[in-house]
Amino acid sequence: MKEILSGNEAIARGAFEAGVKVASAYPGTPSTEILENVSNYASIDSSWAPNEKVALEVAIGASFGGARALACMKHVGVNVAADPLFTASYTGVGGGLVLVVADDPEMHSSQNEQDSRNYAKFSKIPMLEPADSMECKEFTRLAFEISEKFDTPVMLRSCTRISHGKSVVELHEPVTGLPEPRLVKDPRKLVMLPGNARVRHPIVEERIVNLSIFGDSLPINRAEYRSEEFGVICSGVTWQYVREALPQASTLKLGMVYPLPMNLLREFASKVKKLFVVEELDPFIEEQVKSMGIVVVGKEIIPLCGELSPGRIRAAFANTGITVEPAAPMAVDMLPVRPPNMCPGCPHRGMFYLLNRLNAYVTGDIGCYTLGFMHPLNAMDTCVCMGASISNASGIVRSLPVEEQRRVVAVIGDSTFLHTGVNSLMEMAYNNAPATVIILDNRITAMTGRQENPSSGYTLAGEEAPVVNIPNLVRALGIKHVVEVDPYDLPASRKALEEEMARPEPSVIITNRPCCLIKGECRFEKGKVLEVDQNSCTGCKACLAIGCPAIEWKPDASGKKGKAWIDPLLCTGCTVCQQLCKFNAIK
Amino acid sequence: MSDITNILLVGVGGQGTLLASEILSEVFMRAGYDVKKSEIHGMSQRGGSVVSHVRYGREVFSPVVPEGEGDILFGFELMETYRYLPLLRPGAAVVANNYRVPSPSILLGQETYPEGLEGKIRSHFPDFLLVDGLRLASEAGNPRVANTVLLGAVSKRIDIDEKFWLAAIEKMVPPKALEINLRAFGTGRAL
Repeated sequence: MKEILSGNEAIARGAFEAGVKVASAYPGTPSTEILENVSNYASIDSSWAPNEKVALEVAIGASFGGARALACMKHVGVNVAADPLFTASYTGVGGGLVLVVADDPEMHSSQNEQDSRNYAKFSKIPMLEPADSMECKEFTRLAFEISEKFDTPVMLRSCTRISHGKSVVELHEPVTGLPEPRLVKDPRKLVMLPGNARVRHPIVEERIVNLSIFGDSLPINRAEYRSEEFGVICSGVTWQYVREALPQASTLKLGMVYPLPMNLLREFASKVKKLFVVEELDPFIEEQVKSMGIVVVGKEIIPLCGELSPGRIRAAFANTGITVEPAAPMAVDMLPVRPPNMCPGCPHRGMFYLLNRLNAYVTGDIGCYTLGFMHPLNAMDTCVCMGASISNASGIVRSLPVEEQRRVVAVIGDSTFLHTGVNSLMEMAYNNAPATVIILDNRITAMTGRQENPSSGYTLAGEEAPVVNIPNLVRALGIKHVVEVDPYDLPASRKALEEEMARPEPSVIITNRPCCLIKGECRFEKGKVLEVDQNSCTGCKACLAIGCPAIEWKPDASGKKGKAWIDPLLCTGCTVCQQLCKFNAIK
Repeated sequence: MSDITNILLVGVGGQGTLLASEILSEVFMRAGYDVKKSEIHGMSQRGGSVVSHVRYGREVFSPVVPEGEGDILFGFELMETYRYLPLLRPGAAVVANNYRVPSPSILLGQETYPEGLEGKIRSHFPDFLLVDGLRLASEAGNPRVANTVLLGAVSKRIDIDEKFWLAAIEKMVPPKALEINLRAFGTGRAL
């Protein structure tokens, strides 16, 4: 049976067919839909973890118990999960253990474009890289077999174009006959005290050598001979681009990008007159091939930054005479840009308006609210990584005179707070750093598409779950001043901000309105749709300062004056704009 | 790659480009072709500019349409339709909804919605069908099926039997909305 599946759907299907029993993840674009789809298979215990380190540790535990286990995350999530990853390389596995990482070249939804292949080399474990959805499914199955055969975690690397691309997949039945999970004591292998780890390390080194030899005859490492004049080493989606842009090229398609199949590489290099490596981001394959003493052209012509595409590859090879320079694209007039924006009725909007007005220095974090950076809110000054808002604020106040300290405010969402913000707040309380923290609690992991989290009250499967009480947690961390506010109530929110910013002690403000996109009992409720009384509106533009997509400036015939207008299809009745109107024109 | 047909769907996040690209992919698979599709989720969902790529043929490699090789542009919003014209080959077909969504700077009164886009698009691409999607959908019974009217218009430019289109719509649309969607599709196909 054939279906059109996204790469993420196909990885989930592959996990099902591989007999995976436990899967854990933290959402992150472009990886999020893997676990959402895994949760459709009743045979798999799938769940959201508060962060990627925990997700990987849950999977490692399940593997130790003898089950096939899966952890999924975006590229930067592996930074959080790196600690268990490197040591799981030493312990090896019980049941097969696969870590799926989805990279984001071009940074469509990310803060950097780090190349996760380096993690495979760094932690000395194999990495597979599929080139379409069919391979996503098949490579996931294969990854579990390799994991058990070589007693190693295996990484499967996707990227935005693979995870969110769709292509045709042939479905198969799940494997049968896997051993039943059970407890087996093996502390010398699984307790990584120095004495035990010293025994394991040479085994890890030997394993990676054996995997390279295994890769020489692995069918997913595939030499395809076309022109003798030149050959291209490539993998993943880049292979697709190369086939499109350079149809005459011989290709060595690497399904396993680490360790490299040295003998196969040498053979391929010997059969083509000129050898190239085409890879997105780092010269990962190129450097290893060069260190083998093979002459190869790579980043001399291929860009280091951003995504590749057939056009970029054609342009790169035009310098070699192999392709002709693509024609310049047709010119179109400059248009107004269309960046993403917070939704109409978003509970974050009012807080960012106030932070702007109070001239706060805002340390930001990762989530929808990073859009507080955008004009006209212009209320974010830093954003580094998950949880960094609080610890950055804690650090920045230590470098400042007292009057400047008061301006420092950290903003963080509920999911990000539970991810790694808790540790940061613990530090801030412990060391008495006098900054203000706003926890924008909208009761969902919103930016990635509304996933549940430990304070949302539901599991991945939609079952009711215990709820982390964020105010109590904050108090338990040692914060004495904790204020809860309704972010739709601008005067109350302003009062809370002014008081807490002035206080020379750590303090936390928690907002209490849910994301306006989540539906269901006790969640978002739409208010009365507002309209602008055109007779009362003076055209002062005060309501435009919040940048709500539902409010539009309608210029008059002269184009010099005008009035505000509210789109009734978009307005949720949050009343934030109404509170800014001095002329009672919004009703 | 002359046996590959390249379709680009462009609009504003939340307009339904995703579902339309899913339906197109399903049609091409049912008609026996290799299909690839690509788009960006995440930031672009929140009112940002979005573009989906759908490609079909005997064997499709790249999931993204090579620059300047688009055969059909399916525009859900007028300014976005104009924005992505450079992705098309000369002589490509353009089918667009005559619908305008102001960008943030336009909402704030700092810029105005560009004028004369229809003429500019037509001057580059004579095979340009501008559809009053909202009106036609309302006439079909519900303004929310404007995308399906557009899909019907696009289907006329793709040489694939109507039965595959109808079967794909039947699979992808909820049963209670099926009848009106089929009617809207027929309206578009008759344009």
